[in-house]
Amino acid sequence: MSKLSEQQAKRYWKRNRSLMMRLLSIWFIVSFGFGIIGVDALNTFQLGGYKLGFWFAQQGSIFVFIGLIFYYVAAMARLDREFGVEEE
Amino acid sequence: MDLATTTYIVVGVTFLIYIVIAIAARAGDTREFYVAGGGVHPIANGMATAADWMSAASFISMAGLIGISYNGYGGSVFLMGWTGGYVILAMLLAPYLRKYGKFTVPEFIGDRYYSDTARVVAVICLILCSVTYVIGQMKGIGVAFSRFLETDYETGLYTGMVIVFFYAVLGGMKGITYTQIAQYVVLILAYTIPAIFISLQLTGNPIPQLGLGGTLVGSDTYLLDQLDRVLTETGFKEYTTSVRLSKVNMFAYTASLMIGTAGLPHVIIRFFTVPKVSDARKSAGWALVFIAILYTTAPAVAAMARLNIMQTIEPIPGQNLLIEERPEWFKTWEQTGLLAIEDKNGDGRLQYVANPELNELVKLDNDILVLANPEIARLPNWIIALVAAGGLAAALSTAAGLLLAISSAISHDLLKSTFYPSISEKMELNASRGAMAIAVFGAGYLGLNPPGFAAGTVALAFGLAAASIFPALMMGIFSTRITREGAVAGMVVGLGVTLFYVFQHKGVMFVSDWRFLPGLGTNWFFGIEPNAFGCIGAAVNFAVAFVVTSFTGAPPERVRNLVQDIRIPSGSPGTAPNP
Repeated sequence: MSKLSEQQAKRYWKRNRSLMMRLLSIWFIVSFGFGIIGVDALNTFQLGGYKLGFWFAQQGSIFVFIGLIFYYVAAMARLDREFGVEEE
Repeated sequence: MDLATTTYIVVGVTFLIYIVIAIAARAGDTREFYVAGGGVHPIANGMATAADWMSAASFISMAGLIGISYNGYGGSVFLMGWTGGYVILAMLLAPYLRKYGKFTVPEFIGDRYYSDTARVVAVICLILCSVTYVIGQMKGIGVAFSRFLETDYETGLYTGMVIVFFYAVLGGMKGITYTQIAQYVVLILAYTIPAIFISLQLTGNPIPQLGLGGTLVGSDTYLLDQLDRVLTETGFKEYTTSVRLSKVNMFAYTASLMIGTAGLPHVIIRFFTVPKVSDARKSAGWALVFIAILYTTAPAVAAMARLNIMQTIEPIPGQNLLIEERPEWFKTWEQTGLLAIEDKNGDGRLQYVANPELNELVKLDNDILVLANPEIARLPNWIIALVAAGGLAAALSTAAGLLLAISSAISHDLLKSTFYPSISEKMELNASRGAMAIAVFGAGYLGLNPPGFAAGTVALAFGLAAASIFPALMMGIFSTRITREGAVAGMVVGLGVTLFYVFQHKGVMFVSDWRFLPGLGTNWFFGIEPNAFGCIGAAVNFAVAFVVTSFTGAPPERVRNLVQDIRIPSGSPGTAPNP
């Protein structure tokens, strides 16, 4: 069972949730935001031969997704250590 | 050596590899059968998840869907939807379900909602979405065999069934995991090698992701600009900007595929096989890396192959291809029925235009883009053979994962947890093997006698997973208050409205005569097409669950403790290596 007090467990969960909220906002912005809602505005810029909005929809968002997950992995590893709940 | 012999050798070698792995990785107990013993390395699991996830549809059909049916930009819904789901999975579900440390998805739902009813409803949702999904894979196996090995469809399907039967029944999750890793290697090589060549030929850049944004060989024109130009000249919409129906529809479609991805049980159970909670997070990241290799290559294949076809038909503006002189691959694929031409104006030349009355390329199947790619690019026979092996690997690996999800739901959740709690572990292992065998034959039967609804089914699986399983799991982790009544009502109503919308458009069980309420019109809900409706079903599920919960008191103390406990990584069961 967890070694945390109720207070600590609450703080741990709150920190985890706010980290998720930040990362999921980026997730939303690069896919739904850049790839769909704002695609026409971004398409006025070029990235090589790509229109920028089209690039986010078919390439960029996927690269950002990978970055987000690995950032989450690293940040959670730090958080787990801080609260002493990492697994051996 | 001729193509058929080469293909037999390449496919035969890959099958041999899968069988050798299966014999080496037999499951000895239920823990090995359901979760491969729980000791799979996160990178290995990421690779297995990628193969589990990428089906015949991703491998064979997706590039064509993007490049032809959805005319470019509209196809982005698949690219963002089928990858973005892993972000949700990594943050919202996988680590907590791994912490819980059991074998199946319905098991968590049954325990969290302290109710056998919830467990059984979850089993029904799981079977509905997995069975619809597996039919597509069995068909994919039959089709790949018949196209490449010139066997008939039935022989192909039987061969596929024998192979899956062998390693899935024998090895369970353990056998499936290691064959999926081998299958990933086969399918990713088969996908990227032709893509590299086609990118080199068109743009001089060996990396397709860069080639797609590059200029055409021997000119300053960007590939995508050229594609936009030739498409608009023939009456099609611009490739880089043509929206699928509407932006609202694209938004809903992407959201549905994302949520559906995160809610598909055969993907979720892969995360039960890693040793630690932190490994479940890492594993989702690695899975997405391996998936992204194919998913960022696919749009390049889509655009390049489409441009290749346009320029084969009209090499110089106004000078269309003489039908007499059409290339050999045209004739090969005409025989399969995937490609058909009709000289409507009798000028002996082929016109491919948007206007259906003037268009002479009367049939251009989506699957052509990937299947005929190596021939269009004049690649050697062994690469064509590799594409056949890759398509089969994609279909087999997904079929095996789905069959395991179905059989463990039957043997573990229905038999062990609900109806016969007293059976011994050995009996349960035999039962799960039996359930797997039945599932293989059932899937084979449905592949041989596909019900009328087989075509629409994979998309339906995502809608159902999004509307039923995902919300129940997420609320189970993120809320301590949701009650069993709330969860069951949410799943049933979410599933119900999604089925209602899909069947209202396409007919009950996809029988088109059984459409109902035609007065509502097509895509009447904010212009959203049925395949994109899963996120609405999910929203309804959440809403119903919250409302019903507010009338039904609170879950017992032990359930609230369970939810608190799965949020903390340390102390997860099964982290110590098995003695």
